[in-house]
Amino acid sequence: MSFKSIPAGLLLRAAPITCVRERRTIVALDELALAAGDLVELRGANGSGKTTLLRALAGLFPCEGAVDRSAKLAFVGHRNGNSGLLTALENLRWHQSLSGEPEDTGQALDALDRVGLLRSANKPVHHLSQGQQRRLALARLVLCDARVWLLDEPHAALDAAGQMLMDELLVAHAGEGGAALVSSHAPLGIATRVIDLSTAAVSGVAA
Amino acid sequence: MSVFTGQLGRELRLAARSRSDVLNPLVFLLLAITLFALALDGKPEVLREHAAGILWVLVLLTNMLALDGMFRRDFDDGSLEQLLLAVDAVPFAMLAKLLVQWLVTGLIIVLLSPLLGMVLNLPAAVLGTLALVLLAGTPAVSFIGAIGAALTTGARRGGALLALLVLPLLIPVLIFGVSAINRALADEPPRAELYWLGALSVTSLMLSPFATQAGLKIALEQ
Repeated sequence: MSFKSIPAGLLLRAAPITCVRERRTIVALDELALAAGDLVELRGANGSGKTTLLRALAGLFPCEGAVDRSAKLAFVGHRNGNSGLLTALENLRWHQSLSGEPEDTGQALDALDRVGLLRSANKPVHHLSQGQQRRLALARLVLCDARVWLLDEPHAALDAAGQMLMDELLVAHAGEGGAALVSSHAPLGIATRVIDLSTAAVSGVAA
Repeated sequence: MSVFTGQLGRELRLAARSRSDVLNPLVFLLLAITLFALALDGKPEVLREHAAGILWVLVLLTNMLALDGMFRRDFDDGSLEQLLLAVDAVPFAMLAKLLVQWLVTGLIIVLLSPLLGMVLNLPAAVLGTLALVLLAGTPAVSFIGAIGAALTTGARRGGALLALLVLPLLIPVLIFGVSAINRALADEPPRAELYWLGALSVTSLMLSPFATQAGLKIALEQ
């Protein structure tokens, strides 16, 4: 089943979706829609299925139900997605080539500048701190033109300035007509909506 | 196309920066062949008689060692999930990965083959054919093996599982490869065997990008 026409302004839409692992329902959600300008906070206790839901929406975990991904997605998970043996710049250029864009060093450097990593552009990523590696993952968001961001605890490992930067990036992204679904332990002040999986989720053994 | 070249550059850089991962399997191959030569010291005709079989079995095992880590680092640092998110780009990226995987094992084995042949007491006249046979056959080993490497990426003890999965599939390569070298030893040109090995390599190159994509998707969903 797929949506023939996605209502105007909606960037991501999921009909009732259920993610099951070894016959246990991890997460079940009646409906989820992200429109332009939405910053949705995904809340829930440990183990309530935040990560699984985000991975399912990105297409990295199998789920029952239809997910309409008509807009380009970007996903930042627990793992930053950058190779430790490559430099920050080389990693970004690889991400550029993956999304089919020509490798543009100028744009990549701008993105590094935006997240405060310009001086580390040519350092191997395994020499960067955890927080810097997280910032590099955010630089990918700045660089690619994805309209939907699926972020799994993006604030983890970031210092106070980094967390502020994350919020700034999210607000700017929403202002440009993008949308984001962000899982978070601490309340996300800038969220326009909250989905709480502790109340929405069905836990237990599936029939 | 930019996906292919971008991935090719990345894989070559990674190979150059993790030289021990590239060298360890090759050192294993040299060592194991030397051990065979030492164990059969004093029986040069026996060594020559079994050289083809010894060489191909060790080439397969060397490839198992090299393939084991093919996707593991990308899996651990999350690059792999980023790659798989770009669904349309994956087969091109896989093609680049497969080619580099062969470059850093198969091709180096081809280049080393005169040395390996001499250690195994093969006559100098056969060494050219030996290199040709390895050139035709080792791509199939890398490309078919990569499917197993993809499937076992998430597994904790992937190495043994990889060998169990892949080695049975490589029996045709072993049979044709050994037969080709033995034919050359008997002074016959091993045409049929070379055609078969080449066909296996080309076919596996066409199928493997899609099969590894499917295998990695399954591995990531665990």
